[in-house]
Amino acid sequence: MSAVTPTRRPEGRVRKPLLYVVASLGLLVMAAPFLWMALSAFKTKKDLTASPPVWIPSEWTLKNFSDLLDQLDMPRYFLNSVIVAVLVTVCNLLFCSMLGYALAKLNFSGRSKVFGIVLAALMVPANLMVLPLFVLINQLNLLDTYAGLVLPFAAGAFGVFLMRQFMQSIPDELLEAARMDGAGEWYIFWRIVLPLVKPALATLTIFTFLGSWNNFIWPLIATNDPDKYTLPVALATFANDPNRTVGGGNGMLMAGSLLVVLPVLIVFAVLQRHFTQGIATAGMK
Amino acid sequence: MSTTTPTPARSGAEKAPGGGSPQGAGRRKKRSMGKQNLAGWLFSTPFLALFAVFMLFPIVATLVMSFTDFGQRNVRKPMDANFVGLENYTKLFSDDQFLRAMFNTAYFVVVGVPLTIGLGLLVAVLLNNGIDRARTFFRVGFYAPVVTTIVAVAIVWRFVLDPSDGLIAGLGDELGFTAPDFLGSETWAMPSLIVMAVWRNLGTVMVLMIAGLQAIPAEVREAARLDGASAWQELRRITVPLLRPTLLYATVITTIGYLNVFEEPFVMTQGGPSDSTMTVSLDMYFQGFRFFNMGYASAMAYVLFVVIMGITVLQLRLMKDNTK
Repeated sequence: MSAVTPTRRPEGRVRKPLLYVVASLGLLVMAAPFLWMALSAFKTKKDLTASPPVWIPSEWTLKNFSDLLDQLDMPRYFLNSVIVAVLVTVCNLLFCSMLGYALAKLNFSGRSKVFGIVLAALMVPANLMVLPLFVLINQLNLLDTYAGLVLPFAAGAFGVFLMRQFMQSIPDELLEAARMDGAGEWYIFWRIVLPLVKPALATLTIFTFLGSWNNFIWPLIATNDPDKYTLPVALATFANDPNRTVGGGNGMLMAGSLLVVLPVLIVFAVLQRHFTQGIATAGMK
Repeated sequence: MSTTTPTPARSGAEKAPGGGSPQGAGRRKKRSMGKQNLAGWLFSTPFLALFAVFMLFPIVATLVMSFTDFGQRNVRKPMDANFVGLENYTKLFSDDQFLRAMFNTAYFVVVGVPLTIGLGLLVAVLLNNGIDRARTFFRVGFYAPVVTTIVAVAIVWRFVLDPSDGLIAGLGDELGFTAPDFLGSETWAMPSLIVMAVWRNLGTVMVLMIAGLQAIPAEVREAARLDGASAWQELRRITVPLLRPTLLYATVITTIGYLNVFEEPFVMTQGGPSDSTMTVSLDMYFQGFRFFNMGYASAMAYVLFVVIMGITVLQLRLMKDNTK
């Protein structure tokens, strides 16, 4: 070991700063669109249409935000997005952990078949189901309702897979001991298993909430009434509206995008550990 | 809801006879198996019910619809649709717009997937082996685009790419080149969408790769370095082969995602100019929900589904062959 160190150290000293420069440049490219959006949201019409473009507003203004709130019912869309995302998340936490528990810890006939269904469901693209799902939701009179927005996403295969992976690491002896003491399966699941997989529940909460918050094609199809639009649908509709005033309209779009993206980025920055954990777990076999 | 199983389970345990005798234990085990059987199905029911109604039924219904002339009137009266056999499918393969959409989607995948995987891997190696300080900061930065709302991000990119007052046009002015009208040009529109998709998705690949890299034992690297392997040799001969399962998983999910590409062209180009960014999912959406040719759109959805399944199976088979 000691023979290697001297030959490697000089090389490391030269390379390390260079790697930091490369990584920082990469990061800057990644961050540029966000910075552009955040700064443009505070620009006046003059700065927005300036050629060449200006990065830093020559005059900071909140007009884009106030115009946006005047023209679009942003609080309403925000509330719709929150309600749908909360309902979808609660349903997924319950249903996915229930099935995850059954698959990981209960010896029941058909367990392997049910797991096969979950794995198959992981691979089916959502676009395949959208057409008859629209007809079905329409037949059930659930268009423009929260139920219509939530039900198709109330139990995802990813969540089941995630919960099963985590619950498998709980020792069987612990559950057997509880069974010996006369505890029922629901009690074991609710009082013993769920508290032990809190990190997994946190991961699933973030993924499901964001998945719902960012979802676009289904709310686009399942809503006609602007009162039931979620944030992305409202924003896309506004962006593609030919009557939107150019210049000032662009500032409003940047302000709107910032309002949609900012909560997500803050939540992510705070809870980033759970993200990487979730992705890594899903990638393990 | 909390009353489903505790009571019978508890009373069952109390009634279980013959404390320690082998016979009693066997009987108790059998009974507990029966209970687990029932509980297993009860715990599976909510998911399976939702799965049946909102996934299985639509998958089958799409197939059935693809053989009918399902149109706007059938949204109210689905049973009135007429069976037309393979007509939708034969029509698809002489439909220029659909063929264009297939080509564009393939273009998106063939160019976008290697770029996303390659750059994701590169960033992962960089952050894992070269960066010790502020590692989390870098990781968060590269992963941030993945979590953001794609509609909002696509709107921002629309303005970044704007030919008159966009970010890249401004950069061109400073550096002395004229940026093309990216989204208004048949040549540049698709590459622009691909660049945006790579920007957005390389973070997923990065996180997967970092997890994979950390699973490679440090001794393997040490040994290679002792034998005098260069950084490039280490990457090619050690890192990539040992990461193969992770690479394939990342390739499969990225490919599936790109085959379904919808939001980017919907928000940024609406498929234009002259269908140059029309993707299969976008075409399906227009046919299904703008023109209400839902039978025809269902056939499109199934063609896409078959392509996705085929490619996934192929990729998984490649993985099996490689691990032998």
